[in-house]
Amino acid sequence: MTPPAPVEVAPAGMSPPAPVEVAPSEVKQPTGDTDVRPDRPWKVIVWNDPINLMSYVTFVLQKLFGYSKEKATQLMLDVHYKGRAVVSDGPREKAEMDVFRLHEHGLWATMEHDS
Amino acid sequence: MAPRRPVEPNGDGTYSLNLREDEQALIATIVPELRAVLADDPNDEMLTRLFPTARPDDPEAEAEYKEMVRDELVSKRLARLDMVADLAEATALNEEQLAAWIGAVNDIRLVLGTRLEISEEDDFDSDEDGEDTPESVARSAYWYLGWLLEHFVEVSASEL
Repeated sequence: MTPPAPVEVAPAGMSPPAPVEVAPSEVKQPTGDTDVRPDRPWKVIVWNDPINLMSYVTFVLQKLFGYSKEKATQLMLDVHYKGRAVVSDGPREKAEMDVFRLHEHGLWATMEHDS
Repeated sequence: MAPRRPVEPNGDGTYSLNLREDEQALIATIVPELRAVLADDPNDEMLTRLFPTARPDDPEAEAEYKEMVRDELVSKRLARLDMVADLAEATALNEEQLAAWIGAVNDIRLVLGTRLEISEEDDFDSDEDGEDTPESVARSAYWYLGWLLEHFVEVSASEL
């Protein structure tokens, strides 16, 4: 039915993974003079629309991306007052999956090159 | 008197659903209506909001995206509409069923909102003295489902 949230919450009492287990994609790239990020060229954007409830948009962003209530609320407010907000980014396949899941939940989402 | 709450968490991953008979009747009518349109003609222009454009800048990429996701967007929607149709008179929901209600109610609002050409300026405008017209009935259903969805989202978000 509805896909599970992408961020798995560890059961209470479970110790956090050791640093060596951090997936390569989660490693922060050092920011230098040349900002080369070949694996993160796409932005996923949610656009304002007059039908979706503000609480629903916040809820979907929390559920799909594992965002905190604060972060999801801020993104929703950007959508509402600025007309759009970048809600995720990443390689093309990830961006397509994110757009698909947003469409499954009825949000008006597009993706574009992070140029 | 405290305002009525249509859904409440039981604290064990289940939810109590307290809909009146007229509300159950609305759900039992409107859910199969959307299901029929979606199954017969997913390209019906009233359903535009269920299949947004992903790549407005690139028609070819958009066609590829639609080709890739269209069937799944239809089948997932049909599945949750079917689940909610079976639960129109339910008094208890599990997590999965609550998620189906949220998805189905939001889909119906998107379609009704498209038909009613809802805009940012629209506000609840009950037309109690007027006669029932297809428009006024749809408008009442739209605002009712918004109220219901607010409550569903509130209890579901509290469990995130």
